[in-house]
Amino acid sequence: MQDGAKDPGLYDFTPYRGRKPISWPGGKKVAVWVSPNLEYYEIDPPANPHRKSWAKPHPDVVGYAHRDHANRVGHWRMAEVMSKHGFPGSVSLSVALCQHHPEVVADANARGWEFFSHGIYNTRYSYGMDEAQERAIIEDSIRTVREATGQTIRGWLAPALTHTPRTLDLIAEYGMDYTCDLYHDDQPFPVKVAKGSLISMPYSLEVNDHYGFFIYNMSPREYAQTLIRQYERLAAEESGTVMCIPLHSYLIGQPHRIGAFEEVLRHIAADGRAWITRAGDIADAWNDAQQEVAA
Amino acid sequence: MSLDPTYLDYPKRSLGYDHALYPYSPLPHRAPLHWPAGKTVVTWFVVSLEWFPITPEDKPFRAPGHMQTAYPDYRHYTSRDYGTRVGFYRLLDAFAKVGAKVSVAANAAIAARYPGIIADIVSAGHEIIAHATDMNGTIASTLPVEEERALIVQSLATLEQVSGTRPRGWHSIARSQSFATPTLLKEAGLDYMIDWANDEMPYAFTNGLVNIPLNHELSDRQIINTQQQSVDSYAQQVLDAHDWLAKEAAGQGGGRLLPLHLTPYIIGLPYRMDAFEALLADLAARPETWFARGEDILEAFRNTP
Repeated sequence: MQDGAKDPGLYDFTPYRGRKPISWPGGKKVAVWVSPNLEYYEIDPPANPHRKSWAKPHPDVVGYAHRDHANRVGHWRMAEVMSKHGFPGSVSLSVALCQHHPEVVADANARGWEFFSHGIYNTRYSYGMDEAQERAIIEDSIRTVREATGQTIRGWLAPALTHTPRTLDLIAEYGMDYTCDLYHDDQPFPVKVAKGSLISMPYSLEVNDHYGFFIYNMSPREYAQTLIRQYERLAAEESGTVMCIPLHSYLIGQPHRIGAFEEVLRHIAADGRAWITRAGDIADAWNDAQQEVAA
Repeated sequence: MSLDPTYLDYPKRSLGYDHALYPYSPLPHRAPLHWPAGKTVVTWFVVSLEWFPITPEDKPFRAPGHMQTAYPDYRHYTSRDYGTRVGFYRLLDAFAKVGAKVSVAANAAIAARYPGIIADIVSAGHEIIAHATDMNGTIASTLPVEEERALIVQSLATLEQVSGTRPRGWHSIARSQSFATPTLLKEAGLDYMIDWANDEMPYAFTNGLVNIPLNHELSDRQIINTQQQSVDSYAQQVLDAHDWLAKEAAGQGGGRLLPLHLTPYIIGLPYRMDAFEALLADLAARPETWFARGEDILEAFRNTP
């Protein structure tokens, strides 16, 4: 980005009208990817001067225990429902989970899920990092996920959505293909980086389960209906869209929510217009589509 | 300003948790836990019975439900009292109709001020869980350990004196604990606590104290007050949770726990009680349901080899 400029210069302005439609594999209308956030929050993290971690004095029992539910209960309940209906995950991973609870990471890997980095911990923020520090967490992420899963990460969602002006340049330099931190479109687009190339992968805050339940205060059934409406609209448009369903299993994996969510997956899987896939596969298909346009 | 180099040190980045309070144990890897009489879903009500001084102390933060306006806040002081005087008795009658025994998490101040209500709880066969002193009795790591120990001791002594039985369970205000709390609760002779909602079945802390997780989302406070949903939606969500848990129990073997945290000044209002009684009847009609108290759940957990 252009550090300090009024326009950070992240991408070109490209209006929705008049675009050549993207054709997803199999002629599908909307690429649907599910993004479980597999996270580790520290009980007593060091302070970052730019952002407070827990609201309450440590230990923040409510906040910590809620996140811990994901790694003891929620993950399996969510993952079983996804697998049952044929939805792989593209995991936003606090990479230290590979050390703390390798059982969770191994389960996701065995299901054929893709991993990208969500930082080391969701309680260590990038705000204030110098370039060497930021390079260190990127290199740590690549190394840690490779050792734990054999996969090479292709994308980045900043830890707790905390960025520096150089994050996007650095992840592109390290060979990553996509960022999940930009919310300007329902299709992937090139992001301007100093070296190499990077695309924005449509993630979503608006239909993120955290927003659904804690910003918009929806009931489980209202949230499920929201996802179905989001899907129906994106599938009906001609342009070749991407729909992401970002999840936290300590939320969607609660017993009062998972049943309504399962109906969403059943609906999308039965519809026929969805390419149910992973983020990296979307990046590949998008790249192929650009080559065809260029040829 | 760049961050201190130690910000990238991770001294606790290793197998298991970044603390030693309790061991890691994913639920799907655990042996099934069976409830009595072949029931598969234990429905556990925890009713918070609280006295809010009209002079909040904010040490270190104001408890949920506490005073909100400038002093004197008659509106919140009296509407909390409404729950204790009126709403709670509606709940006692509703539980009696379906034969449900429940846990009541009572401030010691309730016992000291209104011993009659404690007698009504005990005579109905409900359990009393110690819930600190009054709603200024919040525990946090900012409280000196000696004061925390005294708060726990005083709460238990008062409740034991008035009820005739020493409580076996503990519920902190706002579930807030210090790093010393599990040690102090064990030291005070308690068998279990209900503050950590990180699991869906009972499990033991490292020191042997059992935590029975009281889901903090499946509560009238969260769904009705915080999320501003209707009592009908609340009832639907509880039934959805029950039915999912029953299905899971049938598929995986073993029991499941449906913990429901109630607040008399929220659920006990006239326009909500019919829906709540209908929910109770719906739960009672389900063949999987076992209505139980925290100590009954504790016994079933301990009796599982």
